[in-house]
Amino acid sequence: MSAIYILLTISVVVAVLFFTVFIIAVKKGQYDDSYTPSVRMLFEDELVKDQTKLTVKPKKTN
Amino acid sequence: MTEKNCFHCGDSCQNEIVNFDDKLFCCHGCKTVYEIFYENDLGSYYDLQSTPGATPKDIVGKYEFLEQPNIIEKLTEFNDGSIQIVTLYIPHIHCSSCIWILENLSKLNPNINASQVNFGKKQVRVTYKTSNCSLKDVVLLLSSIGYEPYISLEDYKTGKTTINRSLVYKVAIAGFAFGNVMFLSFPEYFEVGEFWLEQYKHLFRWLMFFFSLPVVFYAGWDYFISAYKGLRSKILNIDVPIALGIAVLFIRSSVEIILNIGSGFFDSLTGLVFFLLLGKFFQQKTYQFLSFERDYKSYFPIAVTKIDAEGKESPIQVYDIQKGDRLLIRNEELIPVDGILMYGNASIDYSFVTGESETVIKNSGDKLFAGGKQTTGVIEVEVLHTVEQSYLTQLWSNDVFNQTEAKSFTTLTNVISKRFTIGVLSIAIISTAYWLLVDASKALNVFTSVLIIACPCAIALAAPFTLGNVLSIFGKLKFYLKNATVIEQLASIDTLIFDKTGTITSSLKNKVVYEGETLSNSEEILLKNTLRGSNHPLSRSLYNLLDTHNIVTLNHFEEHLGYGIEARYLNNSIKVGSSKFVGKMETSTVLDTSVFISANNQYKGKFVFHSSYRKGLSKLFNKLKKHFDLVILSGDNEGERDNLKRLLPSKTKLIFNQKPNDKLEYIKYHQSEGAKVLMMGDGLNDAGALAQSDVGIALSENVNVFSPACDAILEASKFNKLYDYIKASKAAIKIIKWSFLLSLLYNSIGLYYAVTGQLAPVIAAILMPLSSISVVVFTTISTNWYCRKLK
Repeated sequence: MSAIYILLTISVVVAVLFFTVFIIAVKKGQYDDSYTPSVRMLFEDELVKDQTKLTVKPKKTN
Repeated sequence: MTEKNCFHCGDSCQNEIVNFDDKLFCCHGCKTVYEIFYENDLGSYYDLQSTPGATPKDIVGKYEFLEQPNIIEKLTEFNDGSIQIVTLYIPHIHCSSCIWILENLSKLNPNINASQVNFGKKQVRVTYKTSNCSLKDVVLLLSSIGYEPYISLEDYKTGKTTINRSLVYKVAIAGFAFGNVMFLSFPEYFEVGEFWLEQYKHLFRWLMFFFSLPVVFYAGWDYFISAYKGLRSKILNIDVPIALGIAVLFIRSSVEIILNIGSGFFDSLTGLVFFLLLGKFFQQKTYQFLSFERDYKSYFPIAVTKIDAEGKESPIQVYDIQKGDRLLIRNEELIPVDGILMYGNASIDYSFVTGESETVIKNSGDKLFAGGKQTTGVIEVEVLHTVEQSYLTQLWSNDVFNQTEAKSFTTLTNVISKRFTIGVLSIAIISTAYWLLVDASKALNVFTSVLIIACPCAIALAAPFTLGNVLSIFGKLKFYLKNATVIEQLASIDTLIFDKTGTITSSLKNKVVYEGETLSNSEEILLKNTLRGSNHPLSRSLYNLLDTHNIVTLNHFEEHLGYGIEARYLNNSIKVGSSKFVGKMETSTVLDTSVFISANNQYKGKFVFHSSYRKGLSKLFNKLKKHFDLVILSGDNEGERDNLKRLLPSKTKLIFNQKPNDKLEYIKYHQSEGAKVLMMGDGLNDAGALAQSDVGIALSENVNVFSPACDAILEASKFNKLYDYIKASKAAIKIIKWSFLLSLLYNSIGLYYAVTGQLAPVIAAILMPLSSISVVVFTTISTNWYCRKLK
């Protein structure tokens, strides 16, 4: 009978938890710039590719 | 001759070609940047995007002022002695290569800890160690790789701007509560007398009550404030019935659950606030990369170089400049105060001020006005007025710029809401009076029901969604509005006023007519090759207009700053420049700009530059003349009067020789006679007029560069579409009116239930979202359908 109380408490706590996380994310400015991160995400690879290119080059001449 | 483009910046290599590493560069500056990148393993800069770079400019001495601690303190956002963080605005940021290189600044200078780009705002945030690096080093590094930051007087202010995100929080809270309340109220919609439901419904109801508390007292609180303000100034704005609806919904629902007589209307309450806030959110579209609030401070430098009595140079903050000071203005620097030219060749570009891109030559002793940019060499200036009292900046002391509130403009929604509120209140009172006589127990129920169901959610949503949608459609068509109210104001315009230079004339292309003796073939070759070596704007445009000829190496080439060019090839010599320089003593009465030519010391003729008008100008004016009063308000002389008379419809008023303040007063006068004025301008000298007018539109060749404070920014290429935009705004107003009708229809259905005392929570919960959603769908579809024709 009291199961519903436990379930309700859990559901509300979980909901409030996610909501707080969202608010904190907004507050920290994570949604302020919605474009640059999408480009930046691809860059990590570019830098690696650049380094491998340099290490690959001497092998080619061999 | 095939065109070769620079590997770094993409400009065509005209003057010199630098060959390096099998690649072509247009100048040594571009080559140096390329070298820096390759030495530091940053070569992918050119892989991400072809020709992403910009030529680094000569900046010797320009950033000396960045060594002063008080200026560093103002510019940095964090400074603890060992680490500083600064956010710099870099206009050149335009592609993924830019982001990549700027986020790898630490590779170029190990003292830079991190750098992060905000692409939308064109900003880079740099964190660096102050032990081996200074703000000046960072700025110089950025400049040396072609990313010169723009540091203006506007950055020099105390207090950091904080971003207001409260609307996001409010929408989030309302949406969160709405979702949860819907869940909790769902079981009771079916009114089944089931055991478990009976057992727990009190718990559910109280949970809903607690969820709705933040919605009423935080998310929806602005409506109460706005309604109170409206009532105090005796205006029945749309927020009055909304606040009334929210209050009645909350009080009645609370009373119902406390007395255990019903489940309340918490679902409708939270839904209402959520939808209303969504409308607000949708309307609040902002263009991050544009600013509509600029004044002269965004153009002016923070500091310039002062020369003291002993001839020592030191940087001086612009606000500290006193009358009588002697200033050193370098190439590409802006003159921040009115002054007298003491020394040097001044060639001043006033394009910030007037929109006229052609430089003006000044001789020592001439007066120079603040806002001009020196384009050749170094000059010395003696100060006549301080910054605030200069000719141009005085404009900002006008009252127009001190109005904190927006110009009083009653929106269509508020016009309707007045009648609506009176109507709803009278229905509520009449029906309550009726029920008091028939069945007094139902009277209170009916009274609250009417106020609940008549809450003008759909009406309040009609305008935000229509205007918000039109706003984003206009944005896609390169017409950027400051906010949605501008659309309503645009629809009510009856007078159009245009600036001339830079607005109806195009600053990109010039029409050139040659007057004089025909040049022989060898002379033409010589002329073309002479112009090739000069960087003067007139030489450049003339060069591009002449037929192509073989490239020859000149035997002699000399540029006399401010006068002209002299060149010799084999036996022929040529002089190109001002009439005096060429030896033609002509007391010129013609007001046009001319370039004079003489060959072998014999006057040949002149090239006369006419300002060329924008494409579709007369077509646009002919379309506009049927509906609007048209005025051309120019700061220039009357040189173009006859030309304009021929081009424009006869009823267009042409007014010349207008000072910035005259333009403002002219508009004020017409407004006092009841005219609704649209002003279109481009330079800082139009700033007053743009602020005074009902709708001020700044025309811009490139929306990324600066434009004065205004209500809207229009890209120059879309100038001929102006009439279509105004027509679309009028259509938007019509669409809003239709959606008012639609929502009134829903309201009258709801009122039937309310007046007869049968309003159940489930009906309110269905009607409210249904009316809102159908209004949103209607406005979105109809605005899109109408604006389809715009493209």
